[in-house]
Amino acid sequence: MAQTTDEIRGIGHSVKRKEDDRFIRGRGNYIDDMQLPGMLHMAILRSPYAHATLNSVDTSAAAAVPGVIAVVTGELMAQHNLAWMPTMSGDTEAVLVTDKVRFQGQEVAAVIATDPYIARDAVDLIQVDYDPLGVVVDPQSAAADGAPVIRDEKEGQTDNHIYHWESGDKDATDKAFTDAELVVKLDTFYPRSHPSPLETCGCIADVDPATGQATIYMTSQAPHAIRTVFALVAGLPEENIRIVSPDIGGGFGNKVPVYPGYVVATAASLLLGHPVKWIEDRSENLISTGFARDFHMHGEMALKRDGTMLGLRTSLQADEGAFHADAQPSKFKVGLFHIVTGSYELPSAHVVADGYYTNKAPGGVAYRCSFRVTEASYLIERLVQNAAYELGMDPADLRKKNFIPEDAFPYESATGFIYDSGNYEGAMNKALEMIGYDQLRREQEEMRAQGKYWGIGLASFTEVVGAGPHKDYDILGLKMNDGAELRIHPTGKAILKISAKTQGQGHETTFAQIVAEEIGIQPEDIKVQHGDTDNTPYGLGTYASRSTPTVGAATAMVSRRVLEKARKIAAHLLEVDEDDVEFTRPNFTVKGAPEKAVTIQDVAFAAYTNFPDGMESGLEGSYYYDPPNLTFPFGTYAVAVEVDIETGVWKVQRMVAVDDCGVRINPMIVEGQIHGGLTEGYGIAAMEQITFDENGNCIGANFTDYLLPTSWETPMFELGETVTPSPHHPIGAKGVGESATVGSPAAYVNAVIDALQPFGVTNIDMPLTSAKVWQAIQDAQAATA
Amino acid sequence: MQITVTVNGSEHTLDVEPRELLVHMIREDLRLTGTHIGCDTSGCGACTVLVDGQPVKSCTMFGVQADGRSITTVEGMMTDGALSPIQAAFKEEHGLQCGYCTPGMMLVGSALIEQNDDPSDEDVRWAISGNVCRCTGYMNIVKAIQAAAAATRDAAVPASA
Repeated sequence: MAQTTDEIRGIGHSVKRKEDDRFIRGRGNYIDDMQLPGMLHMAILRSPYAHATLNSVDTSAAAAVPGVIAVVTGELMAQHNLAWMPTMSGDTEAVLVTDKVRFQGQEVAAVIATDPYIARDAVDLIQVDYDPLGVVVDPQSAAADGAPVIRDEKEGQTDNHIYHWESGDKDATDKAFTDAELVVKLDTFYPRSHPSPLETCGCIADVDPATGQATIYMTSQAPHAIRTVFALVAGLPEENIRIVSPDIGGGFGNKVPVYPGYVVATAASLLLGHPVKWIEDRSENLISTGFARDFHMHGEMALKRDGTMLGLRTSLQADEGAFHADAQPSKFKVGLFHIVTGSYELPSAHVVADGYYTNKAPGGVAYRCSFRVTEASYLIERLVQNAAYELGMDPADLRKKNFIPEDAFPYESATGFIYDSGNYEGAMNKALEMIGYDQLRREQEEMRAQGKYWGIGLASFTEVVGAGPHKDYDILGLKMNDGAELRIHPTGKAILKISAKTQGQGHETTFAQIVAEEIGIQPEDIKVQHGDTDNTPYGLGTYASRSTPTVGAATAMVSRRVLEKARKIAAHLLEVDEDDVEFTRPNFTVKGAPEKAVTIQDVAFAAYTNFPDGMESGLEGSYYYDPPNLTFPFGTYAVAVEVDIETGVWKVQRMVAVDDCGVRINPMIVEGQIHGGLTEGYGIAAMEQITFDENGNCIGANFTDYLLPTSWETPMFELGETVTPSPHHPIGAKGVGESATVGSPAAYVNAVIDALQPFGVTNIDMPLTSAKVWQAIQDAQAATA
Repeated sequence: MQITVTVNGSEHTLDVEPRELLVHMIREDLRLTGTHIGCDTSGCGACTVLVDGQPVKSCTMFGVQADGRSITTVEGMMTDGALSPIQAAFKEEHGLQCGYCTPGMMLVGSALIEQNDDPSDEDVRWAISGNVCRCTGYMNIVKAIQAAAAATRDAAVPASA
């Protein structure tokens, strides 16, 4: 796909990453690496109860510890009207508790001290008197009559129901089910997981009481949105708020929301006149910050006996925790779940969803996923496989029979998405060929005869990313559009300022390559600046695979805007009419006289030294991009597993991933993103789950209880690609950061279920621990005995 | 408590509170912030350093236990301003993304290569199994460590006369 030369290295070149130079030397600058003069340290006291009335907080012993500067309580925050804050979903969330605690781990008080060890010591000395209340840990009991009302402080809130949301055409879908020759049903629970970036969340708030300037260094994936939320929460003038996201040690959605610790640290800095640092420990991160999923799904598919899909209906219950804090577009209460028709020509679909409060941590973020697309993809891909079994068809054949054909794009789905482009059968054929599907199926039969249980699982996912067009996509009213500013210096080097914020995705390299592609300056001569709201254009940040679809597009467009001026300057230098100038990166030449040439670097110098009369000096521009549509990456994943039926242990033998994310800017980085997503998808399928006991105690508060895949368990991956450019994106790219976490869990699970077909097992909810797999085999055997 | 410790070849005499963890001594007292903290419970390996050449999760030791010992952190991996083979290989093989686990991974990898200059996939995966990476999926980390091993082997072959 490379269009530029090896010298310029624009799109399609696996340029080594610019950011690596500091990381491999231990010279990254993460939040906890920073120290400011006079800086104090904050530690938070958290509730041991999931639901309890707060009677009193006695801070006297804590305040008496030498080195303690202040103890902050909900009462103190309330005096400054900061005890509550808005969430990303327009709900409210307690900053520090004033009335009752609503989940285990909720923030009750904070100690500010000269040393982090002292702050921790003092937290243990705060005496809190609680009266425990009844606890609700799932949406079913939240909806039950007589359930304790968790949000009793909200006017008019008399139960735990948050929202009801529907999408699609109910009547048309009901008719499809009436006409159906076969209805396949699946009840499945997508468990609560946690993004768990290796670096936890934290901040240093530095408020100057003299000037009112508030600089907050913060692990934020969305610094501009955070700045606006801070202005709204604290009533501070927005021009006096500067959010700086330094290097971030992974995000995966966990670092999108505003957390109470940020607000308390900022208030403390304002009150004390010192910078205040707050760094979570791992348990705090796991029990209190943005989780993902926790989604109860019922799906039904209507089919004809020949395998033709007629309709899909789903009913969903979302466990939102104690505060509705999903980070997702305002209009869509369960995100973009209505992409649930996936890669298939489904004439009708109807989605019904209800959200509930429970006594669990809030912050429903999408762990490496664009707004519940993962749940949607999982449900349809699991349903399709079960449908194939009921029809007696091969799961690959059933998919191919129903794929949206290549010539049907742009394709309008039953729930109203306009798919931009796709070639689903092409990606599937490639995956089947790579894994040797037909041969594997034959071997599977032979193995079964020997008492060995192999399984082959497929997932042909379609994602929807790149939110989004201003008409439909906003967070708290802020349109999900993003910006880029490009300035070319006299020596021909450039600085690109973007609203996105890398957390490991390699933006400093990738975005420089987009500029290189467009205007011919080499990536190493382009510095990419991001993460500092004072020095970058506004935008809603990096999550939901939106950086390339939105900011990547803005980068291409600003480059083209700057190039227009460069062309005028080149004409001036070449002493020809602008229409006679041709641009073949990095040279401007005269049509018909290619020996007359000036480079982009010559033009940059002239922009400050020798430009036409009447022209402004300089060579720079800015662009805010409003995407005309979302983008729809897709692919097919194929997994082969072997299940030991005596123990329930399953091992991945092969994992083939064919991704089509449109044009690949830096293939090396794209493949790295896919490796990472396949691993997190494996973690979710195999081991990652945050559970709670009936008292709301969080089980999974550290890395020995919340399991992450290590090098030892993680499979090897074989990657393939097809390239179907997005027709509406300036460089044809679609975004790839989350495809593999969206697509892969269903593939792993389908493989295990496939292996257990001789026992008639139709479902095991994730994570597929060996105990659960073993139990499913026992249950299936008992049922048929 | 006063201790003497050699860090990246330089001897330091420090006054350390007995309860201070080694990782905090390295990060806060010596301001070597390339050693990271990811979990507090020895589950992630982001704080791995070499103590007398052996990989140790520095949240599992107190600073005072380092008295008289030699510690290598990521800041001590370069020689005469040149990247070590493993640092170069991590960049070349795209063995890092967010960079947070990288110092620990490189130090474990370098200790492995000291013991075994031709490690198999399984050797590398076992060696780094105490270090969590959330970004890369490990494949490129394995490749990077093997590439560094190959570079180390090549460097060890005496140049022909």
